[in-house]
Amino acid sequence: MAEQSTFADQAMQYAPQLYSAALRMTRNQADAEDLVQETYLRGFRAFNSFEQGTNLRAWLFRILTNAYINRYRAKQRRPVESDLGDLEDLYLYRRLGSMETAAASLSAEEQFLDLFPDAEVKQALEGLPDNFRLPVILADVEGFSYKEIAEMLEIPIGTVMSRLHRGRKAMQKALFAYAEAHGLTSSEPEQTQTEQTGHTTDG
Amino acid sequence: MADCKQTLKELDAFLDGELSQQVRTQINEHIEGCVDCLQTFEFHAELKTVIRRKCSNDELPPGLLAKIEMCFDEDFDGDGIIGPAE
Repeated sequence: MAEQSTFADQAMQYAPQLYSAALRMTRNQADAEDLVQETYLRGFRAFNSFEQGTNLRAWLFRILTNAYINRYRAKQRRPVESDLGDLEDLYLYRRLGSMETAAASLSAEEQFLDLFPDAEVKQALEGLPDNFRLPVILADVEGFSYKEIAEMLEIPIGTVMSRLHRGRKAMQKALFAYAEAHGLTSSEPEQTQTEQTGHTTDG
Repeated sequence: MADCKQTLKELDAFLDGELSQQVRTQINEHIEGCVDCLQTFEFHAELKTVIRRKCSNDELPPGLLAKIEMCFDEDFDGDGIIGPAE
């Protein structure tokens, strides 16, 4: 059993990760701040039910996810389950894979996919409907296992896998739309980079 | 030994670290001998890395940590809401 007085010492280190995830969920700073505060408050109050030695990070993310779902789905009569339609597998690779290979042979340091500005990648993720966005945040950004995600979202593992698969393809479609609009699909990625990026990748 | 179709079917689970050791070994054996699949896997591994890095670098708003720490003191009536019950 966990001692409540040690909660802050153990839990505060996860604030940046929780805040980033909250921002991807709520898509705005004020709501993300509220959500993170609510997560810590709930965690603090429930901390004596946390089993010391188990995964505190996963425990906090479970609270965050629940708080988000309760807060934003409670307003709706039933949870919105969106569909993304059918996209072919390997959506982005089939369109940009050759660019990545060409860029890799030009420079080992610079990865082709780094040409996408941070804001565009965030937007591609935030553009996904809730039921796809949450699994992708938890798996691709936070690195949780299918089992952990299934428990957090209270859906079967098979559903986690299919939503991840389809959510990722939809994200790739958004990234490709950006690439096309900004000339990343041309045959001269290096030149495109100097023209387009100024404010993007420096680390 | 897995073929290309079987290998690509496991792409997600492979990159997510969700395969059994046995299947993982089969996929690795195939990838070592198949440039097409190797490039496909490398592209998606890179994509996953880039998404993670670019979606987790938000700066904490100034004052958020202090606001959180205040929660630990200010929930004085223990109802989970900051301040007195309405």
